[in-house]
Amino acid sequence: MNRIEVKDLNVYFGDAHILKDINTEIAKNTVTALIGPSGCGKSTFIRTLNRMNDLIPNFRHEGDVYLDGKDIYNPKMDVVDLRKKIGMVFQKPNPFPKSIFENVAYGLRIHGVSDNDKLNQRVEESLKSAALWDEVKDKLDNSAMGLSGGQQQRLCIARTIANNPEVILMDEPCSALDPISTTKIEDLIHKLKTEYTIIIVTHNMQQATRVSKYTSFFLNGEIIESNLTDKIFIDPKNKKTEDYITGRFG
Amino acid sequence: MDKNNLSEFIIEKGLFIMAIFSIIIIFLIISFVLLEGLPAFEDYGFFQFIFGLTWAPNDSQYGVFAMIIGSICVTLLAMLMAVPLSLLCAIFMAEVAPSKVRKILKPVIETLSGIPSVVYGFFGLIVLVPIIRENFGGTGFSMFTASLILAVMVLPTIITLSQDSLRSVPHEYREASLGLGATNWQTIKNIIFPAALPGIITSIILGMGRAIGETLAVIMVAGNVVQIPNSIFDPVRTLTANIAIEMGYATGLHYNALFGTGIVLFIIIIGLLVVANYIQHKYKVDVGGGYL
Amino acid sequence: MSIKIWSPKISQKIMNAVFIISGIITILLLVLIIGYILIKGLPAVSLEFIFSDPIDSGKYGGIFPMIVSTLYVTAIAGVVATPLGIGAAVYMTEYASENKLVKIIRFGSETLASIPSIVFGLFGLTFFVLFLGLGWSVLSGGLVLAMMALPTIFQVSEVTITSIPSSYREGSYGLGATKWQTIYRVVLPAAIPGIVTGVILGMTRAISEAAAVMFAVGASLSVPISIFDPGRPLPLHLYILATEGISLENAYGTAAVLVIIVLAITIISNWAVDKYQNKIMGR
Repeated sequence: MNRIEVKDLNVYFGDAHILKDINTEIAKNTVTALIGPSGCGKSTFIRTLNRMNDLIPNFRHEGDVYLDGKDIYNPKMDVVDLRKKIGMVFQKPNPFPKSIFENVAYGLRIHGVSDNDKLNQRVEESLKSAALWDEVKDKLDNSAMGLSGGQQQRLCIARTIANNPEVILMDEPCSALDPISTTKIEDLIHKLKTEYTIIIVTHNMQQATRVSKYTSFFLNGEIIESNLTDKIFIDPKNKKTEDYITGRFG
Repeated sequence: MDKNNLSEFIIEKGLFIMAIFSIIIIFLIISFVLLEGLPAFEDYGFFQFIFGLTWAPNDSQYGVFAMIIGSICVTLLAMLMAVPLSLLCAIFMAEVAPSKVRKILKPVIETLSGIPSVVYGFFGLIVLVPIIRENFGGTGFSMFTASLILAVMVLPTIITLSQDSLRSVPHEYREASLGLGATNWQTIKNIIFPAALPGIITSIILGMGRAIGETLAVIMVAGNVVQIPNSIFDPVRTLTANIAIEMGYATGLHYNALFGTGIVLFIIIIGLLVVANYIQHKYKVDVGGGYL
Repeated sequence: MSIKIWSPKISQKIMNAVFIISGIITILLLVLIIGYILIKGLPAVSLEFIFSDPIDSGKYGGIFPMIVSTLYVTAIAGVVATPLGIGAAVYMTEYASENKLVKIIRFGSETLASIPSIVFGLFGLTFFVLFLGLGWSVLSGGLVLAMMALPTIFQVSEVTITSIPSSYREGSYGLGATKWQTIYRVVLPAAIPGIVTGVILGMTRAISEAAAVMFAVGASLSVPISIFDPGRPLPLHLYILATEGISLENAYGTAAVLVIIVLAITIISNWAVDKYQNKIMGR
């Protein structure tokens, strides 16, 4: 069953045509990796899925994006609800300058949870799901700014999970991390994929093969090829895909 | 040393002297104002000068306490009116307004800050004073009128500086909050405003400094009676007004006492400035934080 | 725990309305003040008003000597403060390396910017008028205003020069230019729009100021010829007309002239700076 469907999507920033005729489907409870050279539009693409691009003043789009059959760009769609359902983890860890606890509780609070027991319980669950609980359980009141980069990124994942999303978008979540932290995040992605639909942007091809079931290759704003990850890396159909994964450009 | 190096050397030293000119000026101001003001403290007594309730140059009474209270009251009342409006306006410009609206508001605020203070005072004198007189009784020359004018005068200072501080909050925080499904207002209230708070407080303090230091606009509407006001519709005299009104004809100890008033004013301003600097450095948010 | 009365979406709508209202109030304040002064004042303004001498301490007649005084004190302030401000900014951005000194100079400049104008007035009286013996003159007044305009020019220039990309400097050094040649021929020309803005902001402050000059410039009603003559700049004239109840009509007229000057400077300089910027960036 497909969770997200994208039909004839074109995205423009002012005069620049960033995404061209994108048609794709994202399967439920799997990990889909988006690969491609810098500037190919993969980040713009995932930011289209939770309407984060709405923040950019000259953003314009054509075509449709469906989440479980509902058009997310329908004027009646509530962006706030949408972003609650489709969580996002950013390239650079971006915890708020608040305590560890408050970072995770933030999404709950803004969505009206004020019961302390419930908050405590959800924060603990989320930190456990993000494999961070053991490292921070004794210092929940400390500032999140004191954590290492890898811990901060897992905190951001916990913060997203606490909102109970259906889809998690990850925009190069490991690009600012060291190899050990990267391994931890990748393990975490494996754990999360049974419950969440995950879309991860990466330009590390090994990472794509390690974590994802499906892979789409983006180039110059187009999807060149989408397939099972195993297939795309072993037997690419398109010459450009082959060039990219064998390191001939990018 | 060849010719090129020599001229480079001279240029550098010349520029250095220009750079320390501000310091030299401050030094001169402090020493000259102190030189003229200290006799008032010495001859009249420091505590009597600061805490004395009577200012009567004809009887050689030089207590500035009522003026200190006057300055503080006028300023606080002005801030009470100006701060909410300026902060709302700053948030509106930094976070909410579309860029077209921002393009209208920016020159509006620049122009507000460019209007001469005498013009503000004149406007207060011919427009506000009669309105206050008719609606609240008295002469219309009052602490409230002065505060109203000061509130408008400090708007641009607080708006501009708070807006800078709001804008310097990293974009990542905004994205993270919106990405969690927060509304724009929730993001502002919970994330952006707290992160910008040190800068906002600094802007308020600098606005206060401007209000305390304002002279002619206040003189024109405050009534200038030396008294501790009982109501906001009583006339008051501020420290600045005291100097400007009496300097023209002061001699002897009276002259020194007016410089003494200037010293008191100076100390208050330096105090505010030190607090502002302290807050800005102490509570600086570490942008991006942590270590990667 | 706070009690939730409003849903987040409703509070968003309420706050949006509050924000828009605050913006509107700010605009209205400006329109109200400027509009009132201009509507009341413009009828009094005529060529005759601008170019004739005041009669009977300003009860009748015009404001020509005040305009000349204003031009004098502002020009003196500009001539003195501009090189000092730019020089200090160049030193701070291109030469200064000792962190402590930079901090002290910056604090000094902030302090200078926050000193109340009336304290400048006191200083002008003891230092320029009496100690240096310059007397009550447009020179004394101009020098006081120069000190007040200095921090503005310095701060704006410093920010502008700091924002010049270091690639410009490297390009110049790469061609064998000395430090000063690089600053003079590459850095400063690129920084001109910002520096001009700073100088104009400083000059606007000088044009508008009355309290700082009231004990330095005298209050003469005749046209100052040399810089050692006393004068009476426009803001001071307005203050005297209004507080001594000499002539409300002429006070309105003077206020209108003052507002028009400040508005004109702001608009023209914004326009000129934009134009220059477009030209050097090849737009």
